[in-house]
Formats: sequence, structure tokens, C-alpha cells
Amino acid sequence: MLDVREVTKIFGRKAAVDRVSFRIDGPAFVGIIGRSGAGKSTLLRMMNGLTPATSGKILVEDRDILALRGTDARAWQSDCAMIFQQFNLVPRMDVVSNVLHGILNRRSTILTLFNLWSRADILRALAILDRLGIAEQAPKRAEALSGGQQQRVAIARALMQNPRIILADEPIASLDPMNAQIVMDTLKRINVEDGRMVIANLHTLDTARRYCDRVIGMRDGRVVFDGLPSQLTTGVARDIYGADASFNEAATSTAIPADHAADARYAATMLA
Amino acid sequence: MSAPALAHVQTEYLALTRRRRIYGGLLLVVFVAMFISGFRIADSRNAGSFWQGLHQIGDFPADLIREAVEKAANLPGHMIRAFPALVETLNIALVATLLGCILGLLLSLAATRGLAYWPRLVPVARRVSDVFRAIPEIVIALVLIFVLGGGPVPAVIAIAIHTAGAMGKLFSEVNENVDLKPVEGLASVGANWSQRMWLGVIPQVAPNYMSYSLLRLEINIRASAILGFVGAGGIGYELRNAMTFGQGKFDQAAAIFLLLFATIVLVDQLSASLRHRLTHGAPA
Repeated sequence: MLDVREVTKIFGRKAAVDRVSFRIDGPAFVGIIGRSGAGKSTLLRMMNGLTPATSGKILVEDRDILALRGTDARAWQSDCAMIFQQFNLVPRMDVVSNVLHGILNRRSTILTLFNLWSRADILRALAILDRLGIAEQAPKRAEALSGGQQQRVAIARALMQNPRIILADEPIASLDPMNAQIVMDTLKRINVEDGRMVIANLHTLDTARRYCDRVIGMRDGRVVFDGLPSQLTTGVARDIYGADASFNEAATSTAIPADHAADARYAATMLA
Repeated sequence: MSAPALAHVQTEYLALTRRRRIYGGLLLVVFVAMFISGFRIADSRNAGSFWQGLHQIGDFPADLIREAVEKAANLPGHMIRAFPALVETLNIALVATLLGCILGLLLSLAATRGLAYWPRLVPVARRVSDVFRAIPEIVIALVLIFVLGGGPVPAVIAIAIHTAGAMGKLFSEVNENVDLKPVEGLASVGANWSQRMWLGVIPQVAPNYMSYSLLRLEINIRASAILGFVGAGGIGYELRNAMTFGQGKFDQAAAIFLLLFATIVLVDQLSASLRHRLTHGAPA
């Protein structure tokens, strides 16, 4: 379904993404991990067409989407939704309008200018918001919402596009653990219930292990790991992050520990 | 969400959309009506008719260009002769922009909520810059020329006052969009007001200030040329002479227009590269 072949992006003299190849068949949940500057975001941006690639091909049903230009490229973008770390909503417009932006590719400029949307489209946007549990926020401005709510609006916009592929660029990096879990659960639900492919850049290993069917590790623009989440041992993680033996993922893990006995005892003394 | 609750949200939002559309439609109707009636009033008050005069609109430029082309050989000579006057005009504009921007900066800091040293005086500072902006340069210049006599000084004062008012407004709008986090950071280490402004605000707003100031310089070059028409010296005086003497002198007028155009282009190019350096740093 998605075949990435030798994709390269060169900024100046540095290769941000260096001959990356992989193939995803069917609607999998794929996580891409690696430290900052490993080329994860650039790779996702090239898939969507936000950043042009230097060389290589991305084949979707035997069509090279990196070669598309103009209208064709925008049509592909509407088929391949993107979710950003900082949500990238229009802050001063209401939530429903932001969701309706998902179908801009199918609409004329003049209708957009006067903000005229059909009743059916508005009802569909509201239904999507209801599915994500934020329908009661519908008339509020996007900027008035919390980070977790804004990210769910961004996911609703993506769903409005009715895409085959959802790309998520560090979707939970600006969220607290509770909201991060809600957003990741939502993405997983979309993946399982709708059968849409999800490719997410993640920066916490426990998230990758818990949600992904497959994990791709990148380092300095290259793919250095491609396998099942269960194969993602601490040793492999050290390789991906280029860390030495002092690397301890529990030190910065955002997972809430399953064992609550010690916490409960401490909390009891504090609350007494 | 339960089905009735969702239905409620749906009807509410659809009603909201309807209301917005009605307001938008009404606004559009009012706008079109005002536009048409305004145009008709202007047309009826006009000495001639807009439609009858329309075809003559190109006559003056056409005469000017025709004559300038005929006497193209004279143009360089005229330009050299007008050059000292151009330098005077540029000097007026530069001094007035500098003075006006400094005064405008002080006014803007005093007129921005959240930054002002005396928050109670914010409305006063705003009204002061309103007044400065409201009086046309040419009125101040005429009064000053009457009092001080002709020359560049009245022009500098007139343009500086107008610039201070305009920059006070523009700068304070830039200040309002400033990120207050660095200011808070500096306040947390015990910095005083001027230190907070100098280190927390100015570095953020400098590129914007710079580009507004340079744009203002362009406007002021034109303004100082216009003030020459009323006796403030500079290239405007030369241009008025060339234009009022009419046919036969149009090559001089064309030479002066070309000089002014070249100057504006030069200032624009210069300011673009300066702004680029300010926002992206010097080329490595």
C-alpha cells in the first residue's frame, strides 16, 4: 500500500533523511522513533508533500506521490492527513470550522471566502467531534481549548478528510500523560475501527511499545531498526538513540507505573 | 454524548451558523449600498463628470513622457542639476524619520498596556499620538514656515511630528504582540523597568521597528518632496517650477520623477537587505 524507496532529503550539505526504504502493507499502526534531528519529521513531511524530497520515490498503488505537482499534489494531501505537535489549528476560528477545513480540497475558494458550508458537512463534523468526545466544545474558538482537546480537534479535522493514511508528527509531545493517553487511544481506535494506516513519530519508547504494530528506528537520517515492538529491547534503544550504558529509559518515562502499592502508602501519609 | 444532547448541540450550532450568515449578508448589503451611494455623491460633487473625464486621465503622463522621450538627451543634465536638491530632500526625510521614530518609540512604550511604566497614563499617550497623527504635515509646515520662514527646519519638525504619531501607533501595536515570557524572566531576576524593556522587549521588536521605520523613511522622502511645493526647499521646489512652467519644461519634471523613483527603489532595496540581516543574521 505504501512503498518508500530510497527517499533522501538534503539540507545544504547534510542529509536529513538518507536513502530511507520501507514498505507498509495494509492498515498498520507504525511508530517511528529516534532522537531529535534524526529525520523523523522530515520523512513525514515528505510523505504529505509539505517538504519536497531531494530524490527517491514513495509509491502508493503504483503512483509516485513525490512526483505529483499542483492540483494532483493537493488531492494527495487531502488523502493523507497530517497531525502536528503544536496542533496547527486556526486559533481564532471555532472548533467546527476547524474540523470543516478538512474538506477544503474539495471546495471552491469563493465558498470558503464566505464561510458557507452545507448542512450535511456541518452535521458530519459534529458527528466526528462527538465520536472523539468533544462535541460540547463545538462553538468555542480553538484557542480557548486545552492542548489535549485541541489535538482531538486536529484529529477530527484529519478524519473529516476521510484519509487512507494519517501521519502524526509527535502528536503527544506537548501533552500531559493523561491527555497523551486519550490522544493515542483515539489514534489507535481510528486505526482499528476505520482501518486507516497511522504513522506516528514518537519520542517515548513505552508509547511505541504499547500502541504500535511495528516500530521503525531512525538515527542520523537512516533506518537502523525495523521490527516488532517486542524486539525493542533497551540495547536496541541504546543503538537507536546513540546512547551509552548510562541510558535509562525509566528516568524520563511518562508512563504511569502499574504498581501503585508504594505510591498509595506515600499518598496516604501525605494525605493523613 | 447521549443522542438528545448531541441533537441539542447540532441545532444550536446550525442556528449559530444561520445567524452568522444573516449578519454577514446584511453587512455585505450595507457595504455595497454605501459604496454605490458614496461613489454617486463623489461623482455629483465633482466639477466635471468622472465618466467624461476618465479618458483624459492619461493625458498629462502621456505629454510628459512624450516630451521626455523627445528631449532624452537633456535628462542626465537635468538630473545632475537637481541632485543637490535631492540631497536636501533626503536629509530632511532622514533627520525627520530619526527624530520621529525616537519620539514614537517612547510614545509607544508609554501607550502599551502591560508594558507602560505608568499604566494610568496609557490613554494620555495614545491621545497624544492620535493628535500628532491627525494634523497633516503640510498644515504644520505652513504654520512653521509662516513663523520661522522657509527652509528645511520647518519641514523637519512637521514631518517628525507626524512620524512620531504614526510610529507611536504602529510600534505600540507591535508591542502588544510581544511575547511577555522574556519580560517575566527578567522581572524574576529583579531587573528594573528600563532593563526589562531594553533586554526583553527591544530585541523582539527590533526587526519590526526597523522595517516600519524604513517604510516610514520612504513615505517621508515623498512627504519632504511635497513640502518643497510650499516653500520648504529641496526637490519639491524644483518639481513645482518644472511643472508650473508647463509644456517645454516637462523633460525637467520627468528627470525629477526619475530621480525620485530611483531613490525610492534604492531605499527599498537597502531596507530589504537590512531587514533580512536583522531577522536572519549576517551572511556567514
